Amino acid sequence: MDQRASPVLMTILFAGIAFLYLPMLVLIAYSFNQSALVSVWGGFSTVWYDRLLHNPQILDAAWLSLRIAITASTGAVVLGTLAAIALVRFRRFRGRFLLTGMVNAPLVMPEIITGITQLLLFISMLNTIGWPHRGALTIVIAHIAFCTSYVTITVQSRLQSADRSLEEAAMDLGAGPVGAFLDTTLPIIAPALVSSWLLCLTLSLDDLVISSLVSGPGASTLPMVIYSKVKLGVTPDINALASLIIALVGACVLIAGATLRRAERQRLREQQFAERSEAAP
Amino acid sequence: MTIADSRPASSPAPYRRPRFARWMERHGKWLIIAPPLAYLFVFFLIPFAFALKISFADLTLRVPPFSDILTVGANDHIRLALNFANYKYLFTDDVYVLSYLYSLRTAFFSTLICLLVGYPMAYAIARSSKSLQNVLLMVIILPFWTSFLLRVYALEGIIQEHGVLNWVLLHLGLIHRPLMLMQTTPAVYLGIIYSYLPYMVLPLFATLEKLDASLLEAAADLGSPPWRAFLDVTLPLSMPGVIAGSMLVFIPAIGEFVIPSILGGPNNLMIGRVLWDEFFSNRDWPVAAAVSIVFLVFLVGPIAIYQHYNVKQLES
Repeated sequence: MDQRASPVLMTILFAGIAFLYLPMLVLIAYSFNQSALVSVWGGFSTVWYDRLLHNPQILDAAWLSLRIAITASTGAVVLGTLAAIALVRFRRFRGRFLLTGMVNAPLVMPEIITGITQLLLFISMLNTIGWPHRGALTIVIAHIAFCTSYVTITVQSRLQSADRSLEEAAMDLGAGPVGAFLDTTLPIIAPALVSSWLLCLTLSLDDLVISSLVSGPGASTLPMVIYSKVKLGVTPDINALASLIIALVGACVLIAGATLRRAERQRLREQQFAERSEAAP
Repeated sequence: MTIADSRPASSPAPYRRPRFARWMERHGKWLIIAPPLAYLFVFFLIPFAFALKISFADLTLRVPPFSDILTVGANDHIRLALNFANYKYLFTDDVYVLSYLYSLRTAFFSTLICLLVGYPMAYAIARSSKSLQNVLLMVIILPFWTSFLLRVYALEGIIQEHGVLNWVLLHLGLIHRPLMLMQTTPAVYLGIIYSYLPYMVLPLFATLEKLDASLLEAAADLGSPPWRAFLDVTLPLSMPGVIAGSMLVFIPAIGEFVIPSILGGPNNLMIGRVLWDEFFSNRDWPVAAAVSIVFLVFLVGPIAIYQHYNVKQLES
């Protein structure tokens, strides 16, 4: 589409964007409030950040969450990429319908249902085969299950647009199917792998409902600690924590976005260059 | 293949590829298909079977707190004891039916408002120049990457009694007493719209971006006023985006737990909260399993609609 949007539309757009960002900006402002009461501005201070960095409960939970998130997103990227290759490259196989369903359903399945059913599975498994004990391990297993969907969807659309002729050319030149895939298609889908890994990382770091349900005693992730503190009431140190997370995620997304876009432009330029030098004898 | 083909046709012994290579050619794809298929089957699909099984069990006072529905009797007979009491209980105790209906209503109206707000936003982005489009999309996606829990919490800072909203409205003289929004139903609506708006805008943008502007020009040439062209051309063509976006908001919103729990009042009974309490406070797992199963049955329809449109869009 290439028609100018009317001023009314643009106003709605910017009002919507303001609505999305205002609460976060206010939260960041509150985090520098010296007073513990939100209603009173007690002057600028970084006391809550200081308090945060000396709170072992929050630091431990953050470290646990980070380890769970890194493990789960790595596992999900592997499984999700395999699923995407299966769905794009093998048009017909037994279980295709099942796989499509199982990849799409977790995206819309209410977390509380996924969590409860998975917990019931883990309990039954523990009773019959003595594995897995509830805790970080079951959280990782559950996170891999829902993160895989996001990876598959992202990589699938990327794979679909990837040109297969390069891979065929590599195979004509003697590469095996796996080698040809790794040399030609993998670099093309690499940005999708990176961005879906990052997406899984944030989804896993953020998950409260599934983690609370499948976790066992002793394994409290960061969202679980935040939730219990928020339910209890005044939480100026959570303001500081939230601001740190928002700033960190914002910076990461902006940097990752810029890097990926540059890499993509570089790749397109090289491709054009190669095509042009091919055309000119 | 290339080696085999390049051999002279008169070669006496035909070239046989090693057995492993032949096996790989026929079944190798299962090395790729099997791991995700098996994983999701065991850890996503099978759990529903267990929930179904436990929903027919009795509540017991042991760990885990439910009975086995399959027992081996004295003379090696396997006894299947299905207990339908949990399901009967769901329909006799009003709280489940009411909370389910209440969740449906909340999800429906928040989805509707999301659509009414999100559509013009997506439309405006689709009509922007390419470079502005990238920036705007980034701006819409960015909140999606930050913590959901923390964003719901951040909303509290705006709408609470001494929050920014009341401060602004009081100073503008629009209200004389602060609005008590926290712990109310409107706060839950606001929370859902705030959290799920990006899910609505992105699929809408995806379909609106592909819309051919010449169709609108043609409609204008044939004398359609812009609103008529919108109703006749733009809206029908963007239906896949409308449905995908609505389902992405509607389905998770029905089962939402965090938003009603933080922003809603104590008597805000959305089904997610009822389930949570059944699990953690009452520890009645068979009833919780039965609620999940009934809930899931009602979700099959909307999920199938979403799946249908989503798969069609991905494969086109």
